[in-house]
Amino acid sequence: MSGYIYPNELELQWGLLVVIYPYVTGLVAGAFILASLERVFRVRAIEPTYRLALLTALAFLLVAPLPLQAHLGHPERSFAIFLTPNLRSAMAMFGFVYAWYLAVVLLLEIWFDYRKDLVLWAQQSRGLKKAFYYALTLGATDLSPRAIRFDNVAGRLVTFIGIPSAFLLHGYVGFIFGSVKANPWWSSVLIPIVFLFSAMVSGIALVLLLYVFTSLVRSKPVNMVCLDTLASFLLYALILDFSLEALDFIHRLYEAEESIHILGELVSSRLFLSLVVLQVLLGTLVPMVLLTLLSPAFHHRAVLPATEELRRMVYFGSAILIQVGIFSTRWNVVIGGQLFSKSLRGLTVYKLDMFGLEGLFVGIGLLLLPLVILYVLIRILPPWTDETPVTAEAPAVSS
Amino acid sequence: MEDRRLDVPAERPGAQVLDRREFLLKCAAAGSTFILAGPLMEASQGEQAAEGYDPTSHYYGMGIDVSKCIGCARCMTACKTENDVPQEPQFVRTWVERYVIPVEGEVEVRAIGPEGAIAETPPSEGGILRTFFVPKICNHCATAPCVQVCPVGATFTTQDGVVLVDPEYCIGCRYCIQACPYGARFLHPETHVAEKCTFCYHRLVKGLLPACVEVCPSGARIFGELRARNSPLARFLRFNAIQVLKDHLNTEPKVYYANLDREVS
Repeated sequence: MSGYIYPNELELQWGLLVVIYPYVTGLVAGAFILASLERVFRVRAIEPTYRLALLTALAFLLVAPLPLQAHLGHPERSFAIFLTPNLRSAMAMFGFVYAWYLAVVLLLEIWFDYRKDLVLWAQQSRGLKKAFYYALTLGATDLSPRAIRFDNVAGRLVTFIGIPSAFLLHGYVGFIFGSVKANPWWSSVLIPIVFLFSAMVSGIALVLLLYVFTSLVRSKPVNMVCLDTLASFLLYALILDFSLEALDFIHRLYEAEESIHILGELVSSRLFLSLVVLQVLLGTLVPMVLLTLLSPAFHHRAVLPATEELRRMVYFGSAILIQVGIFSTRWNVVIGGQLFSKSLRGLTVYKLDMFGLEGLFVGIGLLLLPLVILYVLIRILPPWTDETPVTAEAPAVSS
Repeated sequence: MEDRRLDVPAERPGAQVLDRREFLLKCAAAGSTFILAGPLMEASQGEQAAEGYDPTSHYYGMGIDVSKCIGCARCMTACKTENDVPQEPQFVRTWVERYVIPVEGEVEVRAIGPEGAIAETPPSEGGILRTFFVPKICNHCATAPCVQVCPVGATFTTQDGVVLVDPEYCIGCRYCIQACPYGARFLHPETHVAEKCTFCYHRLVKGLLPACVEVCPSGARIFGELRARNSPLARFLRFNAIQVLKDHLNTEPKVYYANLDREVS
């Protein structure tokens, strides 16, 4: 602690769990937007990741409310948000936005996409497994060309609704922070937009990681056209995201409102490692340079021609760095916004516990849980399309 | 010593009770679902006003004369005793800040302890330009950000202008603590719900003054009716140049300061 902070500010209110919440919802929104690239914008090259992206979004969405629930003082009363929401509260909308996204968008889209397979799997299986898959079809077992066509149209329609919904889901999370006028670090109209683009970055990076990893585990060759395209989109999103964050930063510096001194102190001391080093340098600039050099993002050619193996490694490494960077971004928003006093006269510290509900181990558990759920989902609904692998010698974007 | 009483107009018997309570009871009476009715009825029970008290005939505010505060911390102690506030220094409903403005160098601000400023008078080397105490408390804002952000409506404004928390309904999300620009709220370490100054609402409904006002030996805190022309608070507002804290945030605080220094935030 340095300078003066109000007595009630000695305790930080939102800890690691509230950092995890926007990180996880960002991954959901990002993975979904990636899936919709294939579906709505017909970027055929990334088709191998379409279903994987949808299942990833679902796995992470199922976990998203857990950190919030766990951090409540009275988790047993959380249902009141649904029953008697205060309609003027941004946070009260959480349940509705979440339910809309889960039930109307994600589950519907997955169901329409998998219905044909579910019917086939039900037909090919026996016993309990047969009953299980049959139950998942909800009794809709019609495989006539007309029915399949309807699945496609309906799925596409849901994706159309899904894109603004994904924007809503994560833009809304940004709004929860951006609309707090008491906090000059949060209060910015750009925060929801920055959240959105960082969500896309983290979602694409996650699906890229999962795609490479699962291919490795399954001993299948990675579709390099797909991977190059993913890397290119990752770079586009990263550039947009960084530009917006830079705009926010420059805007604050140039306006130099009364909070500028304490925020300057915050960035140069408490947040130096997590913001300057992890978020900007390692999480953004390094992957941006690497992807610019090796991916075919511009002019369909890479600046530095590299072998497939090198590109795979660099993309994989960049995606990991990006995950670290985006997690740091969430940390810097949530924790950073509480490290200075609203008296604008002092800084405080956040001590991360190891054990307990707000501790490091619970946090790690909550970040691993979606991967476990994803594993189960993949076992139930195999998303693979790579029976005939495609490789490309020269990196090229095809769309 | 007998408690000083609020100088208030006579109340109408059988008057309407709180807006929220009325709303909740109506909801329940309208045959809401079984699940809905349970917690709502429970929530409404916490807001029983004293018999005959009419919140519609009051509108409260507080005046603070910075030049009169002597930093004795009686208000802090009285508040903690009256309202059962945890004794630890990081949980306060009201506190007093000491400002020391040196001839040269940085302004020093600190919150005084329960023993009062006399127990911790700092050395005055190098010369002091000005020094003063500023009592702080929930501003009971007319457009309170905490009320706006509460997802379940557990934080609400009463008809008589007091911002309260329903401890039976608060889910402990702490969004209100984040939204308060004044650092006036905290999470109770035992009940795990948001806590703040109530203007001693339990005393108000009996016609008594808030505890901090009651014990202030120098009359630095003036409590009363904002809408009555002849109340002590109305006189205070009429005869002083008034400021509120963080006016630019448009929260419309109902705690008014006289003789406030620009250093105070």
